[in-house]
Parts: sequence; C-alpha cells; structure tokens
Amino acid sequence: MLELENLSVSFGSFMALRSVSMEVRQGELLVLLGANGAGKTTLLKTISGLLRPSGGVITLQGKKISGLSPSQIVRHGISQCAEGRRLFAQMSVYKNLLLGAYTCRKDKKGVEKSLAYVYSLYPILKEKENDPAGSLSGGQQQMVAIGRALMARPGVLLLDEPSMGLAPLVVQQMFDTIEAINREGTTILLAEQNAYTALKIAHRAYVMESGAVVMSGSSQDIAGNEQIRQAYIGA
Amino acid sequence: MTPSINSLRSGKAIYLALGLLALALPYIITSKYLLHVVIMCYMYAIAIYGLNLILGYTGQLSLAHAGFYGIGAYTVGILTLKLHWSFWLALPAACILASLAGILVGLISLRLKSHYFTIFSLCVGLILFLTIEHWDSLTEGVRGLIGVPPPNPIPLPGGGSIVFTDLNAQYYLVLLCLVFTIFVMNRIINSMVGRTFMAIRNSEELASTIGINVFTSKLLSFVISAFFAGLAGALFAGYIRFLGPPMSHPNMTFEFLLMLLIGGQGTLAGPLVGALLVNTVTESLQFMQSYRYVVFGPFLILVVMFFPRGITGGYYSLKNRIRLKKQPRAAHKEAPPVLAADHAKTKSEELRG
Amino acid sequence: MELYFQQLLNGLTLGSIYCLVALGLTLIYGIMHIPNFAHGHLYMVGAYCVLFLCTLYGLNYWMAILISMVILAVIGIIMERLVFHPLRDSPPTNSFIAAVGALLFLEAGATVLWGADYRRMPEVFDKVVNIFGIMATQQRLVVIFSALALMGALYLFMKKTLIGSTIEAMSQDREGAFLVGIDANMVSMMTFGVASALAAAAAGLAGPLFLVFPSMGGLLIIKAFVIIVLGGMGSIPGAVAGAYILGLAESLGATVFPAEYKDLVAFILLVIILSIRPTGLFAKEGR
Repeated sequence: MLELENLSVSFGSFMALRSVSMEVRQGELLVLLGANGAGKTTLLKTISGLLRPSGGVITLQGKKISGLSPSQIVRHGISQCAEGRRLFAQMSVYKNLLLGAYTCRKDKKGVEKSLAYVYSLYPILKEKENDPAGSLSGGQQQMVAIGRALMARPGVLLLDEPSMGLAPLVVQQMFDTIEAINREGTTILLAEQNAYTALKIAHRAYVMESGAVVMSGSSQDIAGNEQIRQAYIGA
Repeated sequence: MTPSINSLRSGKAIYLALGLLALALPYIITSKYLLHVVIMCYMYAIAIYGLNLILGYTGQLSLAHAGFYGIGAYTVGILTLKLHWSFWLALPAACILASLAGILVGLISLRLKSHYFTIFSLCVGLILFLTIEHWDSLTEGVRGLIGVPPPNPIPLPGGGSIVFTDLNAQYYLVLLCLVFTIFVMNRIINSMVGRTFMAIRNSEELASTIGINVFTSKLLSFVISAFFAGLAGALFAGYIRFLGPPMSHPNMTFEFLLMLLIGGQGTLAGPLVGALLVNTVTESLQFMQSYRYVVFGPFLILVVMFFPRGITGGYYSLKNRIRLKKQPRAAHKEAPPVLAADHAKTKSEELRG
Repeated sequence: MELYFQQLLNGLTLGSIYCLVALGLTLIYGIMHIPNFAHGHLYMVGAYCVLFLCTLYGLNYWMAILISMVILAVIGIIMERLVFHPLRDSPPTNSFIAAVGALLFLEAGATVLWGADYRRMPEVFDKVVNIFGIMATQQRLVVIFSALALMGALYLFMKKTLIGSTIEAMSQDREGAFLVGIDANMVSMMTFGVASALAAAAAGLAGPLFLVFPSMGGLLIIKAFVIIVLGGMGSIPGAVAGAYILGLAESLGATVFPAEYKDLVAFILLVIILSIRPTGLFAKEGR
C-alpha cells in the first residue's frame, strides 16, 4: 500500500536515511525498531512531507507522493502522531481534535462520527474536552495526539514513539488501543524503541540502524532473533 | 603550481593600482563637482564600513547608525563653531563621543533578541534625530549649524601650510581616513575577533556553546561601528560645513543600508563599491530626488532576495564557481563525518518549515 | 477635571486606532514571525483609498471603508507573496531589509502619485454630542465603537471558526499545524489579508480626525511595534491593552508636555521597558 524505494534524506553532508526500501501492507501493523538516531523519525517525517527526500521515491497505492506538501499528504490519507506530540497546548482538547479533522472539515457529519470514535477509544478525553491540551498528563496528551491524527480518518496512521516518557501501565493501555485501531482497519506504521511491547502487537517489523534497514521480517522472527533480543530487549 | 601565490600577487597588484589611482585622482579629474561626489562617496563609505561590521559580519541589523553619524558631525560642528576648538581636537572627540554613545546604547540594546534589537535601534536612531532637531540651544534645531569652520591649516616644515578650503586637501584628508578605515577593518576581519563576529552571525547559540561571550563581542562590534559612523560624520562637518537634522534621520540609515547591500555586505570591498556606485547614480539622477525610492525600494528587495551578498559577493561566488570548474572532479566518496554546526544549522532550517 | 475627561476620550479614540493597527501587526509579526515594517505604509495606502473613494467617487463613508479593506487585503496578500514568502528561509534581517524596501517604495509611490501635501478627509460625523458633560464630535465615538466591533469580529473569527483557528494553531505549534493538514501558505496569506484590512479600517476611521500624507505610516509603525513589544509579541490581549495604554499615555501626556514631544512618549516608553525587561512586558516566550 505504502512503498518506500531507495529513500535517502540528507542534512547537508549528513545522510540521515541511506537508500531505505520498505513496504507497508494494507491493514497491517508494522513496527519500525531502532535506537535514537537510527533514522525512524526522519523516515516518518519524510513520509509526512515535513522533510524532502534527496533520493528515492515514496508511493501510496502506486501513486507517487514524495515531494508533496504536508497538507497534501494528509489529504491523501496519511496522518502522523509525531514525536513530542506537537499539540496546540493552549487550545482545548476539543479544539485540538477538531483541528485534526481540518482537511475534512466540510463533512460535518463525518467529523462528528470521528469525534465519537475517538471519545469511545479514550473516554477520559470527553471529560477533559474543554481543558487546555497542555494541562493534561503525559499519557492523556498522547491520547489527544493519537486522537487528533485519527480525526483525519487516515488510511495509514504513522505513530512516532507514542510510549516515550509514559508510565509502564499507561504504555500497555496505549498499545492495546493502538491494536484496537488497527483491528478496525487502519494500517499502522509504528516507530518504537520499546521493542518488547511493540513486537507483541505487530504483524511485521523492520529494524533500522544509522539510517539504513538492517533486518526485516515477521514480528515473531524479529522477536526471536538473538541479536535483536540482546540489543533491544535485553532479555 | 600554487595558484594562490599568483592570485595573491595579482591581488596585491590590483590594490596597488587602485591606490595609485586614488592618489592621482584630483589631478585626473578636472571637474570640481565630480571630485566632490567622490569625496562624499568616500565619506559615506567610512560610515558604511561601520555598518558592515555590525550587520555584514556580526549579523545584527542596527538602524541607529545615522544617529551616531549625526553625533560625530554635530560634535565637531558645536566644538569648532561654538567653542572654537581646533578641528584636529574636535575630530577625535567626535569619534570618542560616538563610541561612548555606542557603548551606552549597546549595553541596553544588545541584550535583546534580534528583532527587538532592530526595533529598539530604530527607536534610538529616531530619538537621536528628534533630540538634534529639538535641542535648539545646542544644535540650533531645524535652522542647523551654518558656517562650521574647515579643518585648521597644517603648517608645513618648509614654510606654507595645507589649507583645507582647498578641495584637494579635503580629498586627501578623507582618503587618508578611508584608507585607515579599510586597514582597520581588514585587520579586524582577519583576526580572532573578526572570526568571533562571524561565528555570532552564523549562530549565536552555537557561538555561546563554544565559549564565546556573545554579548561582549556584539558590544565591541557595535561600538566600533559607532566609532566609524562618528568619524564619517566628523569629516562631513568639516567638509560640507553646514549641518542640518536630516543627516541624522533614519532615512540616512536606510541610504547607508542600500549602499551596503548593493555593494556587498560581509565583504571588505562592499562598502566602498556600494558607496561609489549608488551615490554616483543618485547624484547623476538628481532630478529624480523624491522618486528615487520608487526604483530603489524594489531594488533593495531584489538585492536582498537574489543577491544578498551584493555585487562584491556575487563577484566572489562567480570567481569560486569558475575556480571549481577548473579543478579536476573529485570522486564522490562516503559522506565525511558531519560537522555539528552543519547538522544543527540545517536541522533548524528544516524545522522552520 | 473636564479637561482630563476630554483627554480620556481622546486617548480612547487614539488607542482604538492604534489597536487595530497593532492587532494586525501582532498577527503578522508575533504569530507569523514576519517583520513587516511596511505595515504602517499599508495603513497610509488605506487612508488614501478611503480618501479618494469618498471624495473622487463620492461613495458613502462606510462603503469606502469596506471597499478599502478589501483593496488593502489584496495588496497585503500580494506583498506577502512577492516579498516575504520568498524570504521565509533567509535570515530574519533580510526580511526586515526587504520590508524597508517596500516601505520606501510605498512612500515614494504615494508621493509621486498623490503629492506630498497634507490632505483632509471630509468629516462625516461632525455633529458634537454631549456625554457626561464632555463635548465630543461623533467621529470619536464612531471610531471607538467601530474598533470594538472589529475587535469582536476578529475574536469570533479566530476563536470560533476553524479557518481562523489555524492562525493560532500555527503559532502554538508549527509542526503540529502541518501535521493536521494546515497549509502554511494559506495561513500566511490570510494573516496578511486580515491585518491589512484592519489597517485600512483604522485609516478610514482615523482619516477625518487626522491629516493624510505619504509619510504618515512611518511614526505609526514604530508605535505599533512599541505596542506589541509592550503587550507581548503574538499576544492579542496584550496588543489591545498596549494600544490603549499608549493612546491614553499620549493623550494625557499632551496635557503636560508640549505637543511636539507627544511622539517621543512611545519611544521613551519602549526604551525604558526594554531596558528593564528585555523580553517585553507580558512576554509569553523569549522571542
């Protein structure tokens, strides 16, 4: 569904992504593993149009989308919940979610439905509807961020380290919801350092190091791999 | 073998030739008016060298420049006309006063972030202008100072003296100061201090992390720029011998800015090139006085957009491109280890969307 | 005593005009981070627009203002596209310099086209009314209430409409705005359009009270900057507060100091405040 072919991204003379090729299949939950600086965030940002590739192509269902502006990417059905959440901190939770549906704002009924869906996933957000997004706890902010990304009714949802800085119990709930979202039919590309929990809910995984893909396979294979276990799971 | 030695030699030869031309100019040009224009160009260039230091090399847009120019001019005017000082004492006094003003203004304003600093500097420039315009007892306000005496004659060893009512004498005086200015600028730019300024221009954050005291450096740059503005103003007073408030108005700063940008900010030749070019064109288009900016305004925008390094900068990039074409192509190897500065700068450029 | 109430009314009138200009500037500069130094000259063009629409084309005062707002919105958007958009990735000093270029062009253009003489806009609401014992021309009341109405409209637009919210969203988290599909170009153009329209309205309202001439924008822009620095860059309530404070300070100051020094109030205020608090009075972030 979403294909990356020999994608390269450079900052000046620094190659952040080296000829990365990847495939995200329809309906799957794909995990992108890698330590800090491996290039996961760069990859997701490039898909979302925030960064320009210096080489290679990104295609969505056969159509080239690399080089499009961020707002166009969202309109094509790819939505990202970015690293650090990037919420509109002084705006209410409700407004944040509403702005998430900015690209489909004309369809009022659809927006209502999306909102209802998000509230069903994260009931606490309904309670905190009118509170400024910045006043919520870390875990709740993450819910807003994911919810906001869902409001655009994406075919592909990109999640960049949603578990970062969250307490273990919250992390588990978070991943349960992510799994639920995937089961409803949304294709998910999840970038995570938290390999153990991520691999449990994923179908397939790619492992990145220094801007390149070093391994790929089903989540069981990756989880069972000795090197991966030592490097990322520490078992 | 070493192209650099040849270019150095040819560089020095060009400077020598230009220097000789400048020395001989009064005897080559017969028109007094033309010589006057050149003198004005030199004078403006001195002030613009100051602006070049704070803007072109240190990256701070100061719009108070004409204020210091005015301080220099009026100091000489008041000291020589009203207090009957010798010009040769008034000149250094003017430079010192302008520098002191620079210290005062700099101490307050350079703590501000760049945008605030520019606005603040404009306000300061405006306040200085308004002060000159309204402090009648000191500056004669809108009437201006009329009949400022020229520099006092310098007695020569063999009898006779250099009299500054002579145009040629004025020319050489201003030329001498210009050469001094360029010499000082050259030394500053090629020193550690100059590199510090440029580091700040590139990124204040990075400069501070490598141990540079950003505030002190900015202050030094600012004070030096004020010094040269004051010097130019002082020379103006002794030459034109009539001072009016408009010379210290922010519009004068905009003129300096225009000349600097067209000439090439951040280069050594830029201020002189810009002053010569723009002022000559302006003078020849005298009839277009108030309409000038209809052309110059968009011109400024185009220059800053497409030729941010001005004529001189453009010349250097052209030379560079020709030089690179002549060199054999190096094989494209693995990416070299990244310079933290490079990475950080472009990363933030990216995030600015 | 009456004199002070008179000056109070004048201060509110002046403050209202400053407010509309400062609001536009805080949108462009505080939120979009574009130093449009030529904003005051857009105000000047707006004044001439209203002047000509009223005198040459004999339009009704309100129509003239409305049409001028539209014209200025277009001019503002053109300026954004031609001057500031291409410079968005350059160092901010370049944008500042370009704005100076635009300012010089507008002022010279106005001088060429319309001459440098001071012009008078015909006073429409020149009946004098009596409020609480103060005599005031209707125009002053018109200015104050129109400004309030425009402020209210702006508030509704920015808080209650989704499109208007994109401006604030962009300023709160730029990347977040991109991620929800907000187009930076649209926001830029919209902000410039709104700000320029506000400037035109301010000019139209102020016209009958003050004179119209090509360099009228110069002082105003500096005062507008003073206001947003006082009130905090990007803060709309701050801009409103700062505008009225300055208006009142200038008005009340006029009773104490001679008239020529009235303009100095703004600058001296700026110098004092920034000397004590380099980040401005109500700074949200240390920009």
